[in-house]
Amino acid sequence: MKKQFFYTATLIVLIGWGTGCSKTIDEKNLSYPELNPSKTDLNAGAWKTILLTNPDEFAVAAPAATNTPGYIAELNEIKSWQNKLTGEQKEIIRYWSAGAILRWNEILRELVAKHNLPPYQNADNTYPAPNANNPFAYPQFPFANPPYASRAYAYVSAAQYDALVAAHHFKKLYNRNAPYKLDSVIKAMVPASDLPSYPSEDGVVIGVTVELLKLLFPTDLAFIQEKANEHKLYRIMAGANVRSEIEAGESLGKLVAGKFTARARADRAGTAGGNAALWAQLEQQTIATGETPWISYESPKRPPMLPLFGKVRTFLFDSATLVSIRPPAPPSTKSPEFKKELEEVLYYSKNPTRERMRIVHFWADGVNTATPSGHWNAIAADDFVKQGYSEVRWARNMALLNMALMDAAIACWDTKFLYFNPRPSQVDPNIKTLTGLPNFPSYTSGHSTFSGAAATVLGQIIPAKASEYKAMASEASLSRIYGAIHYRSDCVEGLKCGERVGGFAVNRAKADGADQ
Amino acid sequence: MKRLHTKNCNWLLSLCFCLAMLSAKAQTDIDGIMMTKTNFCTGVVYSHSSWKNYWEGTFKRDNANLGTVSTQMIGVMGNYGITDKLNILFGVPYVQTKASEGSLKGMKGVQDLSLWVKWMPVDLRIGKGEFSAYGVAGYSFPVSNYVVDFLPMSIGLRSKNLSLRAIADYQIGKFFVTGSATYVLRSNIKIDRNSYYTTEMHYTNEVKMPDAASFNFRTGYRSNSFTGELVFSNWTTLGGFDITKNNMPFPSNEMNATRAGVAFKYTMKQLPGLSVIGGSNITLTGRNVGQSTDFSAGVFYVFDFKKKNKKNSPDPKKI
Repeated sequence: MKKQFFYTATLIVLIGWGTGCSKTIDEKNLSYPELNPSKTDLNAGAWKTILLTNPDEFAVAAPAATNTPGYIAELNEIKSWQNKLTGEQKEIIRYWSAGAILRWNEILRELVAKHNLPPYQNADNTYPAPNANNPFAYPQFPFANPPYASRAYAYVSAAQYDALVAAHHFKKLYNRNAPYKLDSVIKAMVPASDLPSYPSEDGVVIGVTVELLKLLFPTDLAFIQEKANEHKLYRIMAGANVRSEIEAGESLGKLVAGKFTARARADRAGTAGGNAALWAQLEQQTIATGETPWISYESPKRPPMLPLFGKVRTFLFDSATLVSIRPPAPPSTKSPEFKKELEEVLYYSKNPTRERMRIVHFWADGVNTATPSGHWNAIAADDFVKQGYSEVRWARNMALLNMALMDAAIACWDTKFLYFNPRPSQVDPNIKTLTGLPNFPSYTSGHSTFSGAAATVLGQIIPAKASEYKAMASEASLSRIYGAIHYRSDCVEGLKCGERVGGFAVNRAKADGADQ
Repeated sequence: MKRLHTKNCNWLLSLCFCLAMLSAKAQTDIDGIMMTKTNFCTGVVYSHSSWKNYWEGTFKRDNANLGTVSTQMIGVMGNYGITDKLNILFGVPYVQTKASEGSLKGMKGVQDLSLWVKWMPVDLRIGKGEFSAYGVAGYSFPVSNYVVDFLPMSIGLRSKNLSLRAIADYQIGKFFVTGSATYVLRSNIKIDRNSYYTTEMHYTNEVKMPDAASFNFRTGYRSNSFTGELVFSNWTTLGGFDITKNNMPFPSNEMNATRAGVAFKYTMKQLPGLSVIGGSNITLTGRNVGQSTDFSAGVFYVFDFKKKNKKNSPDPKKI
């Protein structure tokens, strides 16, 4: 009996131990508060646009009067939804009420992560490339690698910003009140706002974003449309917009998107993959300088990632400026300085500490992640939700961040493929890496360039956190030395170049009218 | 005491099959043998497991950027007889991984401590043989802060596992069959990054680990001085997701494997407290795991903490 008792007691203890903690996980983004802007930014129609020549470049027709039968029928639609809201529908309202720019930014990060997988080799040891004209064939289009991703974030954010600036122009012009202000039966299930509701800012964001995603993530349109439909319905169920306000916004958003998709089709990203002749030429031109060229460490050897991404059209400055901010040449592989840097990498490879490994993995942002740009978008989003921004200010800040990140990618890739220098483990095979070894030249570090740019922009947007952002960028940069995949000069110069790129976004932020 | 009690240790490792390793497991928690009251068996086992091919979902492939991934393990284990019908067991391995090709650095460290309570409530004569049944409750948890999110180089999966197992054993003469079924409850784990993609994006550093079930069937010859057996085992993760094409593995993947192997134990007549063990397994089929082959060898010794009380010692002739 005593034995049985002992056994039972032990079992109970073990069960309590093992299952005591719940398996439910609270994901941070699902507990973001509702968007409740501290100011409406009614005059944002006057903010400086990116590609639109004027905020009224695309006309939005005047809305019908609020006493017309058509409008009254639309109010009735809201009431009929609000009469019978299910728990699931209330959950949809809660989710989207955190903000349109925020949620679509999250969706974009998810799409990037899903598509951030390098293609598997062909039977003959060559690699297939994704094809935008046949996006469903393996490998699906796109391979959302860090340069591709930075470009996707930039186009979506910049287009959302221009579209919302245009929307604010018409909001102020037509000055129509929200449904919950016009009809006391309608409940505002989002924080009430004085911002005129025609055209709907959510409709604008849906229109512009879906149109860009058709170009950027064509194989996920079913998922994207589902999200868009849910988003539209949320505004109606929440009493925040009548259907025609959303439709007017969506139309405007689509028109603005057209300017950005036209730019994207001609920005040279489509040919950034290069071809076999170019890959050989890059190697030869480095050999001609007497330096050791980068060689793919993958097996079978994989062509470098988007070697012509450095030629893609920048958002914040022109091509002459791109050359002027380019980092100086890295230390020669024959120099004592290089040897010293190589030894440092070997040291970190041989002597990992748990804390350094945490840093390496926290910032790795490798395959199947939202990439470093996405990581900085997540950092921004976590902070922006506390700031009480309007949708248009969210869009403006995300556009500044993401244009800087894309231009940082361009500047970094320009540098990488000009110098085409080897990774530490190519020069010293004793160097084993603590994270995946990226398949492109070493100098400069992409993570450092991205992080320098992002921290500079975010420090301008939220000055109180500027030093914190700088410390994060520095840690992200160092993570690449700790991971034994970059030399110190890659990181130092990358960070500096990123800060220079970020400076152009800061200048724009000071002059775009948003802080006046 | 009957045949099911022994003064010999019967440790064998069923080494993990995973891209990473699951906890190293001692055989005594899965066999039809109990340690005699007050006897303490302890020893050291070395094992080597390696794979070149692995299953990415159902797609079997190799990876020239990894070459052959090998896992070496040295484990210390112990089994103490509280009574003839109630044993407690422990095991803790030191694990080291290595990839023969590519740049990824191998990992090493002390992995998870496993504790088991093994109880034999049934021990009957049925027909010409003897039937016994066992209940085993096990708990394991990481004892070092090793990195989990670096598969396949990580040394373990970090979840705290509660395992509940039922074992049935039947022996006629020196031939036996043993079958067991186990349910493994696995806790969530924490990784070093604050977002990750499974089949969707997650904004948290916490990863939900699906539970798992395992089945084990063994049969062979068992005497006091020699045991030789064939072993079949299956591990099925109850949930989880497939590694997508050319992606890296993730701790909450659906890792499944069916394995076959042999195991033996030899006890020296001159020194009955000392035994040596060995074994080998191959992986027949799998999903999101390496097709591993393993070898193991170990030495164990039994200490009797109640030497004076001879009545409690087993009678070898009855085995």
